[in-house]
Amino acid sequence: MTLDPGLYNYWIVILLMMTGLYTVISRGNLVKKVIGLNVFQVSVIMFYVSMGKVEGGMAPILVEEAEAVYSNPLPSVLMLTAIVVGVATTAVALALAVRIHEAYGTLEEDEILEKEYGAAGPGAADGPVDDHEPG
Amino acid sequence: MLALIDVVLLAFLAVTAVAIVRLRDLFAAVMVTGIFSLLSAGLFTVMDAVDVAFTEASVGAGISTILMLATLAVTQDVEKKRWRRRFSPLALGVVVVTGAALVYGTSDMPRYGDPDAPIHHYLAPHFLEHTPDEINEHIPNVVTAVLASYRGYDTFGETTVIFTAAVMVLMLLGGAATIDRRRPGGGRMGANVVLRASAKPLVPLILLFALYVQFHGDFGPGGGFQAGVIFAAGLVLYALVYGPDRAQAIFTGRRLEALVALGVLIYGGAGVAGIVLGGEFLDYDLLAADPQDGQHRGIFLVELGVGITVAAVMTTLFLLFTGRGQPAPWEDRVGESEGTP
Repeated sequence: MTLDPGLYNYWIVILLMMTGLYTVISRGNLVKKVIGLNVFQVSVIMFYVSMGKVEGGMAPILVEEAEAVYSNPLPSVLMLTAIVVGVATTAVALALAVRIHEAYGTLEEDEILEKEYGAAGPGAADGPVDDHEPG
Repeated sequence: MLALIDVVLLAFLAVTAVAIVRLRDLFAAVMVTGIFSLLSAGLFTVMDAVDVAFTEASVGAGISTILMLATLAVTQDVEKKRWRRRFSPLALGVVVVTGAALVYGTSDMPRYGDPDAPIHHYLAPHFLEHTPDEINEHIPNVVTAVLASYRGYDTFGETTVIFTAAVMVLMLLGGAATIDRRRPGGGRMGANVVLRASAKPLVPLILLFALYVQFHGDFGPGGGFQAGVIFAAGLVLYALVYGPDRAQAIFTGRRLEALVALGVLIYGGAGVAGIVLGGEFLDYDLLAADPQDGQHRGIFLVELGVGITVAAVMTTLFLLFTGRGQPAPWEDRVGESEGTP
């Protein structure tokens, strides 16, 4: 494989995507997970928009010049609706977090599991095993 | 020059993302997320996606930051520190392996800005070439033409998703609250004279700008999605400074809920009108004697429907989150005892 500087955009996109994924996997706080998902989402949007760019092009708003070069309008259309849908679904996730906080008094995943399964932890039951910490 | 801006902004973006992960203070993390959104809006402008930049700036740096802050206000604003959570080798391993595989995958990607990339053939040239004769010669913004006409089905679906999300949040937070929803008049921000004085002239300007973005979307960057979010931002600013009660004097919960549905109905109505007039769903050609006028009318109606729904949904979301209020001290204990089986 070759490492072409023309791929710099995509590498940063991957870095952002992995940062978001890491946040979702490793953090126990529910709001932090939602923030991680948002970072992930921006990275996907960035990926599409990067692909739509044409060298020397301009925004796809038609002008009189016949020789004008335009960037691709399609990724713009798809991504602009995705952003608004993204904030609406984020709101659903946050609403769930608010209700969870009202029910359990915490947003930390392990504390919620503790309250759900008792102090012994969820290890014995069906809950996620990696949260089990004896003592 | 543009390439340099692109490189620098992307580097900033990466740094900001890492900062977001590392911050324990959720309040700070949310504020940095706002900066993250603003940076990406700048990048979208560099990449010629002005409509996307517009949306990201108003949604990411505006509404979504406010929703997160509202969530923190009714929950907790610090992530608990646990030594075993500081570093997770398994998660890091998964992420590094996946990232490496993806980077390897990019070696086959077309270079950034390559005009011969497959994505720039097939449909995109058709849209750019035929928008003046197939849609309307007076709609130079191809993004609007594709959004509202060529891909009208898709946008209808997205509008419905936003509608559904609002219904879900209404069900989650709007019902009989388990805690007291009344808070003594106005927010804490309302006490600040400077804020009150500066917000007052700003609110009408923001609303006016939203209307401009709504109706100018055919000719420049903008449209229903952006306008709806900006309109909601104006109302949210008013509610933040003067208290949700005063904001709800005009836009009561009931009326907002009706508006949420009205926007989707206008959109669907414009589609059904096509069927009634003997065409297909979302066929705007028949909405006027001249197909070009019909297209313009259809796009106008569809964008209006989107704008109304988005504005009403965003305002509803904000009012629902802030209306939740602070739980009384004894409420926490009740929740705790219920949680233990």
